[in-house]
Amino acid sequence: MGRITLDKVAKRFGEVEVIPPLDLTIEEGEFVVFVGPSGCGKSTLLRLIAGLEDVSGGQIRIDGKDATETPPAKRGLAMVFQSYALYPHMSVRKNIAFPLKMAGMPEDEQKRRIDNAAKVLNLTDYIDRRPGQLSGGQRQRVAIGRAIVREPAAFLFDEPLSNLDAALRVGMRLEITELHARLKTTMIYVTHDQVEAMTMADKIVVLRAGHIEQVGSPLELYRTPRNLFVAGFIGSPKMNLIEGSEASKHGCKTIGIRPEHISVSATEGMWKGRVGVSEHLGSDTFFYVHDTGLADDMTVRVPGEVELKAGDDVYLTPDMEKMHRFDDSGLRLS
Amino acid sequence: MSTQHSRSAARLMISPSVILLLAWMIIPLSLTLYFSFLRYNLLMPGANPFVGFENYTYFLTDPAFFSALTNTLVLVGGVLIITIVGGVLLALLLDQPMWGQGIVRILVIAPFFVMPTVSALVWKNMFMNPVNGLFAYMAKFLGLQPFDFLAHAPLASIILIVSWQWLPFATLILLTAMQSLDSERMEAAEMDGAGPLARFFYMVVPHLSRAITVVILIQTIFLLSVFAEILVTTNGGPGTSSTNLTYLVYAQSLLNFDVGGGSAGGVVAIILANIVAIFLMRMIGKNLDA
Repeated sequence: MGRITLDKVAKRFGEVEVIPPLDLTIEEGEFVVFVGPSGCGKSTLLRLIAGLEDVSGGQIRIDGKDATETPPAKRGLAMVFQSYALYPHMSVRKNIAFPLKMAGMPEDEQKRRIDNAAKVLNLTDYIDRRPGQLSGGQRQRVAIGRAIVREPAAFLFDEPLSNLDAALRVGMRLEITELHARLKTTMIYVTHDQVEAMTMADKIVVLRAGHIEQVGSPLELYRTPRNLFVAGFIGSPKMNLIEGSEASKHGCKTIGIRPEHISVSATEGMWKGRVGVSEHLGSDTFFYVHDTGLADDMTVRVPGEVELKAGDDVYLTPDMEKMHRFDDSGLRLS
Repeated sequence: MSTQHSRSAARLMISPSVILLLAWMIIPLSLTLYFSFLRYNLLMPGANPFVGFENYTYFLTDPAFFSALTNTLVLVGGVLIITIVGGVLLALLLDQPMWGQGIVRILVIAPFFVMPTVSALVWKNMFMNPVNGLFAYMAKFLGLQPFDFLAHAPLASIILIVSWQWLPFATLILLTAMQSLDSERMEAAEMDGAGPLARFFYMVVPHLSRAITVVILIQTIFLLSVFAEILVTTNGGPGTSSTNLTYLVYAQSLLNFDVGGGSAGGVVAIILANIVAIFLMRMIGKNLDA
């Protein structure tokens, strides 16, 4: 249960082609994250899979069966929305029971499943409250509860954490990952936050303007980005991209070096610059280095605490092993 | 802004308007109360002696009173049912994306701008007239006997006319409420397996409950005092079959020239309106809390 295949699926809104025909296979039990900047079509793609939008071409198969024309309720998928989309006039219990009631399930089976979901998600204490009386994280759990009681073939998450504060987001991220480890159900997760993508996914699908830029595990994307877009999108802080004479020395149009692959010295090194802003996180220190003659700003990440003041001269040395090279069309040269 | 000084200054500043509004309410009310205890008939000038509850006894034992009371309740209830059911259905229709939506919405609101006397006369003469009316014409076209609405179903006809006037109001309020329904919530319900009917009853109706409450409260206030429509169509007749309380008070004081009796009727109407208000607030007022 839970293998989803997209075969030349396309979506047009009138004249505008939001998603040009694309192929993608999501294996059973996989945690797949669609990631990309806003407006890249990732939510639309999820809604196509859910059946909330009609495809303009191609075929969607769920477990081998053609589901392109199947109405959303019959696809056996459950969705968690960005706004949670809870039913405000129903208690938590009734919210979770709603899909079961619509399916005409017997009362005692409903009760068993709801109690089970409430226990898994720690909802038992406020099962009789209304959504309006819950905090953001609790509402999120209710929305997930409403999805899991249906025992769907796959879960679809549409940016579920973007309405939560930073601390809660980290906690919920962990909870969803643990839920996946326990249920082993296919999950498709849409986000614009590459940190969420890197931490949660088995497989990341990077999208830009409806195109799939690269598909792979988080570390594959980190180590071998297929093109400049993926290189710039995956990794935090962003990769430094250098063009011009320094790049031609390496026989390419652009070279990329991640901030964590540059070593810093106050006395000697390959590139000389001047320290601008520095961000001290304790575990790491980020420097923004100006006047290197390479790029506007070079970002450097140094583990631990390093005392360098703004305006100090600094020497940077890249780790040649971990340098990425890209050709004129932005594709990776291995 | 909330120091002791500024608060007392604020009270001082608003006091003229509060006092004016209070006087505006209290003077007619107390005069009505005063008249209701007098024998005060315009055909018998001279002394207006104090008669205690005599006017009330006459008004409440008048056979027209009970028919007026039931007519009032039937009128209010009938119009409420028609406007709310119709309003919800119309709002559902108007909420669908369509070409010329703006113009259609303005057309739907239009009847609300027609003053009651005019719309009642239009209905009486152009639609319901048994000789020249559109309905009579249609009946004759189908080979049927034209139906004299205002003579044979006077109260139903008035309910129809008043509903036509208030339907736009209900539609407008319910449409705005419907537009605030979160589309993700409807999609979630769709994914949860709710069909169109289930979505309507489990999502749309609960979402509209507060707007429906507002419509019921506001319309009840105005429908208890329907008058112009009755005056220009049936004059409360035939007999008292389309007389409501407002019209009965009018008939008592201005057709029978009995100011005392009319005032007593007015006081009775105030009390009844308050009873209705208490029942309404008990039944549906809880929908207005947060």
